[in-house]
Amino acid sequence: MNDAVKDAVISSLNKQSSVDSVKSVTLVEAVNMALASEMRRDADVVILGEDIAVNGGVFRTTANLQKEFGNKRVLDTPLAETLIAGITVGMASQGLKPVAEIQFMGFIYAAMEQIISHASRLRNRTRGRLSCPLVIRAPFGGGIHAPEHHCESTEALFAHIPGIRVVIPSSPLRAYGLLLAAIRNPDPVIFLEPKRIYRAVSQPVPDNGEALPLDTCFTLREGSDMTLISWGAMIHETLEAATRLAEANISAEVIDVATISPLDMDTICASVAKTGRCVIVHEAARSNGVGGEIAACLAEQSLFDLKAPVVRVTGYDTIMPYFRNEQHYLPSTAMIVEAAQKLMSYQ
Amino acid sequence: MKSTQTFDISHSCLLDATGQLTDSCPTSISAEHLRQAYATMVLIRAFDQKAIALQRTGKLGTYPSILGQEAISTAIGMTMQADDVFVPYYRDQAAQYLRGVSLTEILLYWGGDERGSNYASPKCAQDMPVCVPIATQYCHAAGIATAMKIRAEKRAVVVTCGDGATSKGDFLESLNLAGTWHLPMVMVVNNNQWAISTPRAKQCNAQTLAQKAIGAGVQGLVVDGNDYVGMAYELQKALSRAHAGKGPTLIEATSYRLGDHTTADDASRYRPAQELKAAWEKEPIKRLRHYLQTTGLWTDADEQALLLQVKADIDQVVADYTSIAADAPESMFTYLFEELPSARLNQYQQVANAAASRAVGGGSHHE
Ligand SMILES: [Mg+2]
Repeated sequence: MNDAVKDAVISSLNKQSSVDSVKSVTLVEAVNMALASEMRRDADVVILGEDIAVNGGVFRTTANLQKEFGNKRVLDTPLAETLIAGITVGMASQGLKPVAEIQFMGFIYAAMEQIISHASRLRNRTRGRLSCPLVIRAPFGGGIHAPEHHCESTEALFAHIPGIRVVIPSSPLRAYGLLLAAIRNPDPVIFLEPKRIYRAVSQPVPDNGEALPLDTCFTLREGSDMTLISWGAMIHETLEAATRLAEANISAEVIDVATISPLDMDTICASVAKTGRCVIVHEAARSNGVGGEIAACLAEQSLFDLKAPVVRVTGYDTIMPYFRNEQHYLPSTAMIVEAAQKLMSYQ
Repeated sequence: MKSTQTFDISHSCLLDATGQLTDSCPTSISAEHLRQAYATMVLIRAFDQKAIALQRTGKLGTYPSILGQEAISTAIGMTMQADDVFVPYYRDQAAQYLRGVSLTEILLYWGGDERGSNYASPKCAQDMPVCVPIATQYCHAAGIATAMKIRAEKRAVVVTCGDGATSKGDFLESLNLAGTWHLPMVMVVNNNQWAISTPRAKQCNAQTLAQKAIGAGVQGLVVDGNDYVGMAYELQKALSRAHAGKGPTLIEATSYRLGDHTTADDASRYRPAQELKAAWEKEPIKRLRHYLQTTGLWTDADEQALLLQVKADIDQVVADYTSIAADAPESMFTYLFEELPSARLNQYQQVANAAASRAVGGGSHHE
């Protein structure tokens, strides 16, 4: 995408629409709006998963869609995650655009073989004769006092697989635009929805059918002293940290990575060229995570722009604790502020 | 105690091991059909021998022989409608060939070239490529059948696997869905008695593999897979049901793997020699030839002409295969996505440049 288009997209995103006619919606509702919008536009879009049709999904992201689109396009499946991923590959090979829901990311591992060995490589294995225009959606992340296996942030597992895209929205606006883009994309997309912010914020989202780019980070706040990089639910702590840093006269730029794979290092490197300092924030365990990949790319591409070491504020390398202790696992605003302040000692 | 449900599993064998029909030949299977099926089985067995020879001389990668199972695969290829979709496992050379996959493409695939799954013939444009991970293709078949059902098409999917695959979740989850959603699917289990070194008895305690269908509310039956006539007949009936919207069928086709698992395997380490000897007595080609010859449908002259034609065809296939140079190294990026993301352009350039500098006589330039 050229810079002019990119700038226009970013500025339109940053602008909080105040038009009364545009409905203010949560991230859950934005997902629902995007699904409905694309199903109206494209008869090949079908959705499937456990409890998604009659019940509308355990988080209600697919509420009322079966009523509007019927039971041929909104399918309740048997309780079998391998199957859901596998039939999605078969449906996509026939030119449908299936959007499958895995009820929680903690249950997606049964689908891994289908994602790694088939969805990601059907186009390559057949030299383009067949392809996999599918989306697999899953709510992910902790912080909602859910039972064990319901709180994972394992996006790095997917980011390591060539041939698929990994996308994570952090607001209702981006959930709407990125999900449209994911469905329209001719290749497989893993679309991870941060459930901690499913209903935490509402914002006006025009139902205009306009997709966002899948290869661009979003700069949510401009700054000159450092770059704070995050995605998903942690964007909110990161933005809060930037506000607190501003009170201490530290100007932080905030980047929402959003498209975890492929990574838009151009935007990140350009920001670091300006600020010279970088904090990467993610909820997932630290080691071998996406933050490590970003830091490695910065070491390769931006070494001489850096005034300070690149640091990570992340979850620990532990099993996600059950909910009585999950707040001790999740990175906090204070931790981000502290890491950022330390970086200011490097000039 | 009263029983709530009773089930039974039928076993069919029309052409017995001596090549005699135990019943009259179904009218849906013509003399010409049988002659073509026989010619295909002979061609595929000769091709199979050639492929093994190519592997032994370093001209092909690891290859899975179809020896002994030609009837099952040929019957699939002969009975499917052109617009049906075939979802094969890796021992289905005959069905693939009859669907339109060229023998050169099959060699290319096992020769380590992705282009072997880019079938040139429009007849098999929607067929899935060979599936190596066991049973995963059953889910794809169920998805393809779902697409047909959503679009109310009168088409069906035929999917195959071996006996070992029936132990896997993918197989059982797909079978369950086929029953629940009444999918237009014909599922063929090629029970060749071995999953590499694991015999059928150590795979599952069920008396038949076909009875797994019962737990999914699917019709299941056992067919002698070395009986071409019975195999084709049961496939015709199962496909008619699928085309008519009457739901799926699971066919357990019993056979015997007369070869090694692949060219990387040595079955003499685990397979009793007596068992192999007995299995050769029941192999499918001899019995069909016996039937055709004793009924006057096949002469010695036909056999001579066929063998000459087969040799010429295979020589041509091998000549074509060996003349195809490897694809450009950067093709590893070309089909990764419809459009290569800009974030991958550097790597693409790197492999392309390295290939170019090797081509002009330089060494490896991996940076
Ligand atoms: Mg076997």
